[in-house]
Amino acid sequence: MSGQVVDWTKGAEAIAYQTCGACGARQYFRRSFCAACGSPDLTEHRASGAGTVYATSLVCRAATPETKAHVPYNIVLVDTDEGFRMMAHGDNALAIGDKVAARFTQFAGRLVPYFEKVK
Amino acid sequence: MSFVTGVGLTSYGKHEGSSSLDLMSKAAELAIADAGLKRADIDGILCGYSTVSPHIMLATVFAEHFGIRPSYAHAVQVGGATGLAMTMLAHHLVDAGVAKHVLVVGGENRLTGQSRDASIQALAQVGHPDYEVTLGPTIPAYYGLVATRYMHEYGVTQEDLAEFAVLMRKHALTHPGAQFHDPITVADVMASKPVAMPLKLLDCCPVSDGGAAFVISHDGTGDTRVRVRGCAQAHTHQHVTAAPALSELGAEISIAKAKQASGLAISDVRYAAVYDSFTITLAMLLEDLGLAKRGEAAARVRAGYFDQNGEMPLNTHGGLLSYGHCGVGGAMAHLVETHLQMTGRAGNRQVRDASVALLHGDGGVLSSHVSMFLERVR
Repeated sequence: MSGQVVDWTKGAEAIAYQTCGACGARQYFRRSFCAACGSPDLTEHRASGAGTVYATSLVCRAATPETKAHVPYNIVLVDTDEGFRMMAHGDNALAIGDKVAARFTQFAGRLVPYFEKVK
Repeated sequence: MSFVTGVGLTSYGKHEGSSSLDLMSKAAELAIADAGLKRADIDGILCGYSTVSPHIMLATVFAEHFGIRPSYAHAVQVGGATGLAMTMLAHHLVDAGVAKHVLVVGGENRLTGQSRDASIQALAQVGHPDYEVTLGPTIPAYYGLVATRYMHEYGVTQEDLAEFAVLMRKHALTHPGAQFHDPITVADVMASKPVAMPLKLLDCCPVSDGGAAFVISHDGTGDTRVRVRGCAQAHTHQHVTAAPALSELGAEISIAKAKQASGLAISDVRYAAVYDSFTITLAMLLEDLGLAKRGEAAARVRAGYFDQNGEMPLNTHGGLLSYGHCGVGGAMAHLVETHLQMTGRAGNRQVRDASVALLHGDGGVLSSHVSMFLERVR
């Protein structure tokens, strides 16, 4: 595996994904092998943060003191321009099909990606 | 060949002071008696899990507690599909001669044994620990995401989804063991508190205490026999982020394989027992299974198609949405009710004809699927 990118799951303002040198597949959940073909020949990339809203759900009932402080917050699935799907936060008004761009924000003591509509 | 020879079910709701083992034992005792068997006849045990009392060896903990020394025992974990997955395994075990009578049991004091926050948080962990759970989603949010997309693609509305909650409540009103006994309307569902939009409180199943059990045997023990005709599974993903397109979900794969295994078609089915953790779950699964066309399940509810006296009676006990959901036992109640219907013992809930039944379970976020056909043989 080459070119490791430190991303938001490790506290850095970046979204990372992997591409497979053997079969060309791309994956978002980091692994040491390609889930499509098993090859260890992976390269990590930093994503642009651009994408399209696939689905949304506005959370109004949270279950921990840390997350309750944020309600309501919008959980979104975004199909990135690079071709992988990711979960993130987003503006409450986002609708399916909206073109969006990522920034980062603090949520329950952690850095998380947050999508806003591109004007 | 295998038969469902006995079933047992507690009421769902609050069982103050009962442990998970207590609820499992109560249901197991009912199921064994229903099969006309004694504890000593049980030579296999399959059980699920308890979020209140996690244990790495729950089946033997239960076996010792209940007073059985089985020759085959272990736990199974497939979320909401666990009950049917255990039934499928029991079917194959007795068919292969590994055991004669397998006890399948689930039960949990999920409502009174821990706080509602603890239950919600425990279930949210089906998400990816790094890429999803850190964002603060809940199980309703995972299904809320599925719902907005499904509604977008097939023109389903929140009022459509509300119909399923109303139907399940209507059925629960006829069952004394159900958690809820007050009728509700579409307007009530629409006005209920937002949980994870588009899902509101009455779109969501409750957290319950309860237990359910069955005995799966190589040979029938009663006059009216309920045979496992064929079953199959499909597992397409774990996390909603990694789910396939809505047109490639696991329910369609598992039902196709179950039809092949049983030699039956949807047109043969007279009674349906379908997983209903949320209204969207039931709407989607009915359409995935072929019990309604895409986007048309709600119209069939409005037309009375899934009523007790309709063409395809569905979850006549009230389902997870209104009978209640105690974890593994939750969807096992669907099979208990199916058995009562097939053997003509459903009393005021009895349907005209339940000679062939289709059961379907879903675990995770439409991740794991089990489809099963049961048939009555005399």
